Amino acid sequence: MKPTRIADGSNGSLTRRDFLKRVGAGVAAAMAAHAVAGAVHTAHASEGVTEDTPAVLIDLTRCIGCNSCALACKAENNLPNPESAPTGLSNEAFTFVSTIQLETPEGETLTRHAKRQCMHCLNPACVSACPAAAMYRSPEGPIVYRAERCLGCRYCQIACPFDVPAFDWGNPLTPVISKCWLCRDRLNAGEQPACVAACPTGALRFGTRRQLLAQAHALIASNPDRYVDHVFGEHEVGGTSMLYVSDIPFAELGFPADLPHSAPPEETAKVMEALPAVILGMGALAAGTATYTHRRSAAHDTPHARHGAAEPPPADASTSEREEL
Amino acid sequence: MNALIAAMPAIIVVLSFGIAVLFMAGTRYAVYLLVDHRGGTQAVASDDFVLPTLPMRMLWPLGRTLVLLSVLTIGAGIVLWRFIYGIGSVTNLSNAFPWGIWIGFDVMSGVALAAGAFVIAATAHILRMERFEPLVRPAILTGLLGYLLVVAGLLVDLGRPYNVWRPLVHWQIHSPLWEVGCCVATYTTVLFIEFLPVILERVNHFKPVTSRLPTVSLYKLLRRVGIVFVVLGVVLSTLHQSSLGSLWVLVPTKLHPLWYTIYLPVFFWISAVAVGLAMTIVESTLSSKAFKRGLELPLLAALGKAAAVVLCIYLAAKAADLVARGAWPLLFQPSLEAAAYWTEIGLGVIVPAILFMLPGVRQRPWLLFTAAMMVVVFGIVMNRLNVSLTGLLAYTGLIYTPAWTEIAVSVALVTLGVIAFGLIAKYLPVFPDENEHHA
Ligand code: SF4
Ligand code: SF4
Repeated sequence: MKPTRIADGSNGSLTRRDFLKRVGAGVAAAMAAHAVAGAVHTAHASEGVTEDTPAVLIDLTRCIGCNSCALACKAENNLPNPESAPTGLSNEAFTFVSTIQLETPEGETLTRHAKRQCMHCLNPACVSACPAAAMYRSPEGPIVYRAERCLGCRYCQIACPFDVPAFDWGNPLTPVISKCWLCRDRLNAGEQPACVAACPTGALRFGTRRQLLAQAHALIASNPDRYVDHVFGEHEVGGTSMLYVSDIPFAELGFPADLPHSAPPEETAKVMEALPAVILGMGALAAGTATYTHRRSAAHDTPHARHGAAEPPPADASTSEREEL
Repeated sequence: MNALIAAMPAIIVVLSFGIAVLFMAGTRYAVYLLVDHRGGTQAVASDDFVLPTLPMRMLWPLGRTLVLLSVLTIGAGIVLWRFIYGIGSVTNLSNAFPWGIWIGFDVMSGVALAAGAFVIAATAHILRMERFEPLVRPAILTGLLGYLLVVAGLLVDLGRPYNVWRPLVHWQIHSPLWEVGCCVATYTTVLFIEFLPVILERVNHFKPVTSRLPTVSLYKLLRRVGIVFVVLGVVLSTLHQSSLGSLWVLVPTKLHPLWYTIYLPVFFWISAVAVGLAMTIVESTLSSKAFKRGLELPLLAALGKAAAVVLCIYLAAKAADLVARGAWPLLFQPSLEAAAYWTEIGLGVIVPAILFMLPGVRQRPWLLFTAAMMVVVFGIVMNRLNVSLTGLLAYTGLIYTPAWTEIAVSVALVTLGVIAFGLIAKYLPVFPDENEHHA
């Protein structure tokens, strides 16, 4: 019986080598698992988020579709084409005002406008997705982006339940992800976001999430005939910092319907938290099996193998090589 | 344009087929072309297996070279174009559909198709079934090239490829993509270390090198500690093969319920094991033709048997999941998704599992090869495309079909891999020396 090519012409110091193998694999697995387990615990992007996070309440019944907010946003963030009102989210617009025409049962046509932008989720899928923390929760609360870390992988786009992040498809080497950052620098300077400051009708209100949720429910309670009893963003995907009230059901206004009340990152967390166990389990299984089979084959093969491997290992490795193909 | 969009499923299938045919034809003829086949015995294996003959066979060698060169040149030209005018200029991607076949095929399918390396290495060195030894080196080479191509494809698809290293530094333990990135980087290195002895065997021929560099002792060391890297490879493969499925666990509102399940990572892992076995059958069959070597039929038959078992487990697990989630009635509603799902499971899992179970099939190389090809094309490539493209269409609308430029880059990558395999297998001791066995 010839020793096989790669099989480590063993038989000699089996015990010690197996021991080292086992220890090596075990230590590696344990270290990795420990690191993973520790990090998973502190990894939730929603960790430390309070109801006092900065938020905006958007009252769609008050919006007149003047686009002041969208143009103020472009000016504030030095976006291209500052004079033209955007019609969608893109690398040229962090926000836009959608216009929806509706038929009433009486045959009248109703027009509604809805400012759309990043929802600043409490447990954001984009942050959970990003492999390099280019998308992250700022200490102040807004979900913000730093280009210098971004790979341009676009997983944040896949992940976002509101399809918010926009990519720069025409930029060959330095494309960035564009999305609303709730004017974090203005917030730090004690100002309101540019869109809120520009709104002439009071359709946009800035405050803490706690205040605005209370206000939203108060609005609905005092005008039950006017508003639908739904604060969009209170529970959607685990809650968002941008909150909406409306007199028309949100699904009819183009908002995603039937969003789960749990945040998508909670689903991935179930999987990712299993990693330490998978690493340890697989590592132990593979290393254990290898140790067992090596020992068994050594015991089983010893007479033959000793015979087969009787020739001492070649002094010059080249002689152990196989010849030309 | 609408007609084109409606043809989406057909295009996906044709694409899978095209790539499969290219793989077969490419290996057969590229290797035939590249390897010095003059002299030596023309007697092929002891079987009657003949690859589907393509018109290419009639072309003169120069023609074959031209075809290969133009495939590579076109691919390189498109990549160049992408780095001048942006990803949008050569793809049909948009903010509403940001991942196309460069992710769905090049990365998601590519990684799975390279799973043979960890499956066969584990079989031979961890389960210690030493008779599979002759298959280990080709499988590791296939895996190494596969991962290098995945990385190459990814660098073209990333908007800011020079930041590709960042996940290794900024740990994002909650991100499946972070985990995939870290594991692919590490595992590609591990595969290189596993392949290094093959290179060293050749290098150690040269006295000028061996007398100056410690390549001989390095070789001996690698042989001795090789098992550590095999174990590491199994753990890393398990992690990232499954995490490619976890990527989609984050989109419960977007992925069609036929595919969306929290067990996607488990299914990705099981199917990776199955296709690891199937790809080894495919790759060994093609190499035996291309290099005019004997076919290790008993070994491949054993792999087929194992694949049948794994496919049955996969099928049972997927069925149980569909029932447990109550999603199974969707299978019987006429829809694009149901058709895609049935094709994937029927032609990629059920039929090949039955074929692999029949002894008569396992004794006939061409049937064995066909069954393995079905797992590759339908069971894996179509499944990964279903999860990453087809399963999203209900949410996004029919807004994406791959541009010809996207397909051309994928085809060029596969071609590159086949040529590299041929060249490396020609110059390095990848295949066991047959004389050794027959001596
Ligand atoms: S809306 Fe989208 S981009 Fe904005 S925080 Fe939520 S997941 Fe992120
Ligand atoms: S594109 Fe950039 S910001 Fe978005 S997930 Fe990838 S690395 Fe993060």
